[in-house]
Amino acid sequence: MIAFAIRRIFQSIIVLLVVGLVAFAMFNFVGDPVDSMLGQERTDADVERVRTQLGLDKPFPVQYYRFLEGAIQGNFGISYRQGRPVSEMIAERLPATLELAFVSAFLAIIFGVTLGIFTAIYKKGWAANIIMTLSLIGVSLPTFLIGILLIYLFAVELSWLPSFGRGEVVDLGWWRTGFLTKSGLLAIILPAITLGLYQMTLIMRLVRSEMLEVLRQDYIRFARARGLKDRSIYFRHALKNTLVPVITVTGMQLGSIIAFAIITETVFQWPGVGLLFINSIRFVDIPVMAAYLMLISLMFVTINFIVDMLYFAIDPRVRLEKRGDEK
Amino acid sequence: MSENILDVIDLSVEIPTRHNILKPVDGLNFNIKRGEILGVVGESGAGKSMAGNAIIGLLERPAHIADGEIWLNKKRIDNLPAESMRKIRGKEIGMIFQDPLTSLNPLLPIGEQLTETIIEHLKISKKEALDRAITLLEEVRIPAATQRINAYPHQFSGGMRQRVVIALALAAEPSLVIADEPTTALDVSVQAQIISVLKKICKERGTAIMLITHDMGVIAESADRVAVMYSGQIVEIGKTYNIIKKPRHPYTVGLMGSIPALKGDNERLVQIPGSMPRLNNIPPGCSFHPRCEKAFEPCYNKRPLLSKIGDSKVACWLYDEGYKNG
Ligand SMILES: Nc1ncnc2c1ncn2[C@@H]1O[C@H](COP(=O)(O)OP(=O)(O)OP(=O)(O)O)[C@@H](O)[C@H]1O
Ligand code: SF4
Ligand SMILES: [Mg+2]
Repeated sequence: MIAFAIRRIFQSIIVLLVVGLVAFAMFNFVGDPVDSMLGQERTDADVERVRTQLGLDKPFPVQYYRFLEGAIQGNFGISYRQGRPVSEMIAERLPATLELAFVSAFLAIIFGVTLGIFTAIYKKGWAANIIMTLSLIGVSLPTFLIGILLIYLFAVELSWLPSFGRGEVVDLGWWRTGFLTKSGLLAIILPAITLGLYQMTLIMRLVRSEMLEVLRQDYIRFARARGLKDRSIYFRHALKNTLVPVITVTGMQLGSIIAFAIITETVFQWPGVGLLFINSIRFVDIPVMAAYLMLISLMFVTINFIVDMLYFAIDPRVRLEKRGDEK
Repeated sequence: MSENILDVIDLSVEIPTRHNILKPVDGLNFNIKRGEILGVVGESGAGKSMAGNAIIGLLERPAHIADGEIWLNKKRIDNLPAESMRKIRGKEIGMIFQDPLTSLNPLLPIGEQLTETIIEHLKISKKEALDRAITLLEEVRIPAATQRINAYPHQFSGGMRQRVVIALALAAEPSLVIADEPTTALDVSVQAQIISVLKKICKERGTAIMLITHDMGVIAESADRVAVMYSGQIVEIGKTYNIIKKPRHPYTVGLMGSIPALKGDNERLVQIPGSMPRLNNIPPGCSFHPRCEKAFEPCYNKRPLLSKIGDSKVACWLYDEGYKNG
């Protein structure tokens, strides 16, 4: 298992290096940051000074090497636009995104799995049919439209919930949380639903189809033949087997929640890293964009790693095979 | 000694479809005594599994019991509410399925699957249940049972897994076990061992067995009596010796003829020509008549009923007093 973990970590690092290279190279050929920093009235001397200051006069590999060196230490350079360290800007906004992603993922998993099980067990009931029909809408509507519809209904028409921002926040050291104030909690509801709805419906449909498949298996029939209670059959025997294939997809979905956050953050003006990224695109703020991409891929890779490790926890067949590998 | 564990009276199973109603089981009558092994044989699709599933209450919708009664230990069970029937499954009727590779939950250690079954029915402590689980594994002769109690199903061979399945089916000491082709999926070399383990435990406990199989060898070796099924009906039922040596129903005669004789490998197999009718196209009268060499005029429109002929019961007009030699 340890050998397997090390191998996976090694693969993850390679992925990160490649993403870093692609991101860095791509942005190097997209627009000229010096342009947007200096504006119209500038001298050649100004340009030269800024280029040296940013390290843009060095050859490409050196720039990339410097970028990596810094990235490992959490240093992504200075934002072209704001003149502040990128790491500081990201750290400031990361809690907002993580809290939003966490709440969305939590809602998506809890409701996705529960509704998936429910619609599988009562597959012919009217409630299950209604849920399945609604879930089709959830899958097919684009995120921004869901966001706008929710804002219209709950913020504009009903005035129950705020339509933008994070509400009041509380500083806990460097982590600024919205979980501790009433306005903060109210503010996260709509964006979290918007961000999580698609994932929730996906997870639900997946859990449902896997569960239906599992319920047809012989060991479920045998569990019935032994007189076990429905509760034990559904939640002990069927659910565990359902979750094995569901975990991978769910893991990837969680990764994409963070990536999709860009849209939701824009719709709700949520002050997270996604919004920061959108703004940095407008100003070709390469260090911010590169740092953001690296951050997202780091999260994807980490989630994938955790998902792989979860297999070990759940499926004894993988666990024992891999142990056999090491001998 | 001769008390009946199971009494099946006129049992019919129906499957409603869009066009008509199928009858995979049509008026079964039989009983099984304490400690007795009743073999159930017949071609694929004869309704053997359906009958077993109906008895243990595991028919899958839309199949359902349409008629008849099932009595277990002098208690009628075919009309019980679902929850009462659940309590009977595992506790009073055990079931063994064909494929040991898929009968066990791959994600739970066998010990847990055993203890959950034991605790469900016997209301004893976890510790006692664990001891009992180990004893059961020893009874089905799994080597090093104490050490292997926490092993997962995939760590056992097919034969060993079927022993675990037997231990599970017998965990709460049911008085009846329905074994639906318990050895068909196994390697030939372990089939005999599995049957002998099952037989030994049931003899010790006085457990009755309904042994569904295609394997006449298994029947000859273990069954006390045999029921021969054809398109949802029992066409002949009697002592194993009589069924094998003195078959009376033309279908049984054909079935016995198709067993390869042990000596003289050149001996030709007597196959019954044709195949069993489909459920949506059961012929009137004796449903075997299209394949029967001896068919005569009552066979085409009057259904023969099971009636006593010597030690056996046979459903065939040939043995009816009114038509005999007619
Ligand atoms: N859901 C269903 N709809 C229609 N027909 C069905 C259904 N399920 C089973 N049958 C039919 O019921 C009949 C009895 O099936 P059953 O499984 O009891 O046969 P069997 O004697 O156990 O055969 P085998 O030896 O192959 O196990 C078969 O003809 C089968 O095709
Ligand atoms: S009743 Fe007639 S058709 Fe049926 S088995 Fe007997 S002889 Fe053959
Ligand atoms: Mg069958």
